[in-house]
Amino acid sequence: MFDYTYLPEMNLIPYLAEMMVKIVFIFSMNMGVFAPLLGWVERKQSALMQDRIGANRADIFGFTVFGLLHTLTDAIKLLTKEDFIPRGADRTLHYLAPFIAVVPALVAFAVIPFGGQYELWGHKANLVIADLDVGMLYIFAVASVGTYGAVIAGWASNNNWSLLGGIRVGAQMLSYEVAMGLTLVGIFMVYGTLRMTEIGAAQENFFHWGIFLQPVGFFLFIACALAENKRTPFDIPEAESELIAGYFTEYSGLKFAMFWMAEFLEMVTISAVLVALFFGGWQIPFVSHQMLADFFGFLGPNLAQVVTMLIHVGVFWAKVCLWIFILMLIRWTLPRFRYDQVMKLGWKIILPLALINIAVTGAVILLVR
Amino acid sequence: MQDNRMDLHTEPLILNMGPSHPATHGTVRFLLKMDGERILHCETEIGYLHRGFEKHCENGTWTQAFPYTDRLNYNSAIQNNVAYALAAEKLLGITDKMPDRCTAVRTIMCELARLADHYTNLGAATLELGALTAFLYFVEARELVWDLIESVCGARLTSNYVRIGGLATDLPEGFDAHVKQVFAKNRELWVEFDKLLTKNRIFLDRMRDTGAISKEDAIAYGFTGPCLRAAGVEYDVRKANPYLLYADLDFDVPVGFTGDNFDRYLIRMEEINQSIRIIEQLLTKLPKGPINVDNPAVRNPSKEAVKSVMESMIHHFKNTIEGIKIPAGEAYVPTEGSNGEVGFYLVSTGGGKPWKCRVRPPCFALTQAMGQMVQGAFLSDIIPTFDMINLIGGECDR
Repeated sequence: MFDYTYLPEMNLIPYLAEMMVKIVFIFSMNMGVFAPLLGWVERKQSALMQDRIGANRADIFGFTVFGLLHTLTDAIKLLTKEDFIPRGADRTLHYLAPFIAVVPALVAFAVIPFGGQYELWGHKANLVIADLDVGMLYIFAVASVGTYGAVIAGWASNNNWSLLGGIRVGAQMLSYEVAMGLTLVGIFMVYGTLRMTEIGAAQENFFHWGIFLQPVGFFLFIACALAENKRTPFDIPEAESELIAGYFTEYSGLKFAMFWMAEFLEMVTISAVLVALFFGGWQIPFVSHQMLADFFGFLGPNLAQVVTMLIHVGVFWAKVCLWIFILMLIRWTLPRFRYDQVMKLGWKIILPLALINIAVTGAVILLVR
Repeated sequence: MQDNRMDLHTEPLILNMGPSHPATHGTVRFLLKMDGERILHCETEIGYLHRGFEKHCENGTWTQAFPYTDRLNYNSAIQNNVAYALAAEKLLGITDKMPDRCTAVRTIMCELARLADHYTNLGAATLELGALTAFLYFVEARELVWDLIESVCGARLTSNYVRIGGLATDLPEGFDAHVKQVFAKNRELWVEFDKLLTKNRIFLDRMRDTGAISKEDAIAYGFTGPCLRAAGVEYDVRKANPYLLYADLDFDVPVGFTGDNFDRYLIRMEEINQSIRIIEQLLTKLPKGPINVDNPAVRNPSKEAVKSVMESMIHHFKNTIEGIKIPAGEAYVPTEGSNGEVGFYLVSTGGGKPWKCRVRPPCFALTQAMGQMVQGAFLSDIIPTFDMINLIGGECDR
């Protein structure tokens, strides 16, 4: 998987240090920034959309900091709540399920590049934790493991509503994983690679962004991604007016929070994948890596690279935030599907369209060559 | 394949939906027999909000029943007040003697209540289908209507505004301007809500062809109101059996074709427009004059009179302590509530208290048909069907 051939040539210590920095950065971005803050963003954004004020009650000495302290109070509440396990539940699986849900959501980010490659003081930094040649396939694989968390939670809770939710999750995820894989085949054909860094690098030219090369694939993928995320309009596994809370009805405290976190982290991952595949990743339209480096050339070659890197990382996260905003906009606007309608959309509409998209993409590639 | 299925031991899932369930609001229980997501059988159990309304009424004076009627369909409390007052006035034989202004104001308030009810119902339905933002658009519209009701009688939800032989208070100063301002905003909200939902494919798929009922079945079950009209029966008490000022007003009654949830939704959406139209007509030709019937034995005299005229004081005392004396007899006046026909069947033995006070709640008849409407449908179809029936526990269980 790793390109180990070049390992002996390089110094192991800087390599490990770089690795650690990247892992810590991504982990803290996800767990420290997005997981807690998205709860706040969701409250405030929905409030904005709905003409409300939103969270503004929690305060320290009268300072509410725009309701940000609710994040803190949420954490305290979730940590101190009773960890309830219903009678007759499978205790082991009941404990295991939230972990199975949250860990894949966290590790899926490993292959997503959040910046390009930079030559810093003779050390080549590649801003991705694991530059796998299977790239996107890894994300599919990991995401499907996450499904087990929800299915097991539904099974282990000894509750009919949870069970129905678990069945719905299983059916929905299975259908949309197939469709999602196919929607992205077009992208892989166009760029000729599965490696996320190469796809990112290929989008340096603004008109080679995925959205322009694969517009149909983009719309199909976003529908599948929303379904994989299990949020409205695809939130049938947890439809609160039908199934109370679906597969996590019987979860409380931190275990509940883990499902919640998994959902938010999936949203971040989906946004990041969208950005990396369709919206140029870390690239700025019409501003190439070289142009940025030249512009900051007065700082010296190394510092210029550092500044370029920071700008690219910033651009990447800004695009991710924009996509999170759009995903939330969709979530707060649309009503939810019915179980059979979700299945119909997945198998009868998205899947055939994805196949047609592949055929058309193939034909166009042949013609262009 | 079929044979393999026969060999497997399967049994339907028995699911207890409610009373503590987000969709049933603690007021009703569905005992579901499910084959996967399909409903094989749905047993509806009501009565979780039974408070003994009818017995309460028998133990208070005629006037003291008004606050109880507020709590029947609390979304449109004033309509219940009016329905009760109309029945009592029929017993008293003063229906034709009611001041013009009183009748006009009652009509306005009934339509305001209908607006509030439809806004709440449609908003709540979308909320339960997952569209939270559309819900809050209509909640805002409803709050504005409640602002109007509050400006008239001081209460927003349980208004307790109407009295036998009159009204608690007259309309406040500047009511016209306030109404205009509210309606301008509500029209905007209506358009936004309409844009968000009426042509929204997901919403259409959830509402269309779900919970449908035929014309004949609807009549057989005793449907009234928007649900009956959605099935294609043109029956509106305001047209069929006019009361208050409805005979003189120019308004349309929308009628559906399919009897499904989407038609029920469309009818309520249109009735919002028609109610606004009615109120605007009434405000242009609102008669001046007294709001209470000039009969101190029925409607309490003013406070000034009570403090200065002895007869007035006697009437006030007798009305309060013994209750208004209503001649023996029985009466029923059907009215068009937001949800269907609301009527009070009152029996008097000539005393100050009702001998019998029976209310005909529209959603009781509608709830009966729940089992039939969701038979063979998906679990998710219960949600829009139940929302469009608009079961109000307070009214159904009394």
